Amino acid sequence: MSLTNVFNIAGSAMSAQSIRLNTVASNIANAESVSSSVEETYRARQPVFALIQQQLAADSAAIGADGMAAGAGISAGQGVEVRGIVESEAPLRREYEPGHPMADDEGYIFYPNVNVVEEMTNMISASRSFQTNADIMNTAKEMMQRALTLGQS
Amino acid sequence: MAITFDKALGIHPQALLLRTQRAEIIANNIANADTPNYKARDIDFHALLTGEAERNRMTVSRTQAGHQTSLLEPGYSADLQYRTPSQPSIDGNTVDMQEEQAEYARNAMAFQASFTFLNRKFSGLTSAIKGE
Repeated sequence: MSLTNVFNIAGSAMSAQSIRLNTVASNIANAESVSSSVEETYRARQPVFALIQQQLAADSAAIGADGMAAGAGISAGQGVEVRGIVESEAPLRREYEPGHPMADDEGYIFYPNVNVVEEMTNMISASRSFQTNADIMNTAKEMMQRALTLGQS
Repeated sequence: MAITFDKALGIHPQALLLRTQRAEIIANNIANADTPNYKARDIDFHALLTGEAERNRMTVSRTQAGHQTSLLEPGYSADLQYRTPSQPSIDGNTVDMQEEQAEYARNAMAFQASFTFLNRKFSGLTSAIKGE
């Protein structure tokens, strides 16, 4: 039944958004994590979202009992997945602080390339999307509950 | 005159089925609101329902195994169309969150309407059987 699919789709989106929220938390927490070399410095992390294609989902539940290809019919996809988490390529911030305990031989320390403003907008967007998908799930639940009352007077 | 469920219930079971499928499609659009290069999709409900109504009037003969007798035939994904974006975004995503939310809410209301029609059909049949 398609309505149960709505739960899977909205659930996949909620899980993807919570991963996004996790990376935001990690980025903001490490926004001031300085280090003394380019390699060791924390870099902003971002999740890569991708559509779960119909075929991928159809493989697992291949042929239904009625001989029809399961998951077929008019449906766009099966939700969203996180393909991976990439590190930002933006340049690091290099500052001259000779008094800092982490300073290198020349007196420089490296700040992560985390843009806090960007992370905050990311956070708001993730939380809004999460909220919307929770609402979608709730509406689908109401539709299903209503369908269960079919034939009752 | 035989009363079949098909005749008695009319188009409402199919409409209800389409509504659930459309809910799935729109939920998928909203789930992928932040996916780069995702294109929002939807079905033309009116065209599908017209096709379904046509089907009730005359039947199509099948001469090949691949011929479809119904527009609701599984695998008939040609009915799935792409939405025309009103505001293109920089990552190639065409999901308009507000529009999708509105469509989802409207779809849920239409589901309730179709459901109410179907339910009335059943209570009509029930009272016909009881003869009250």
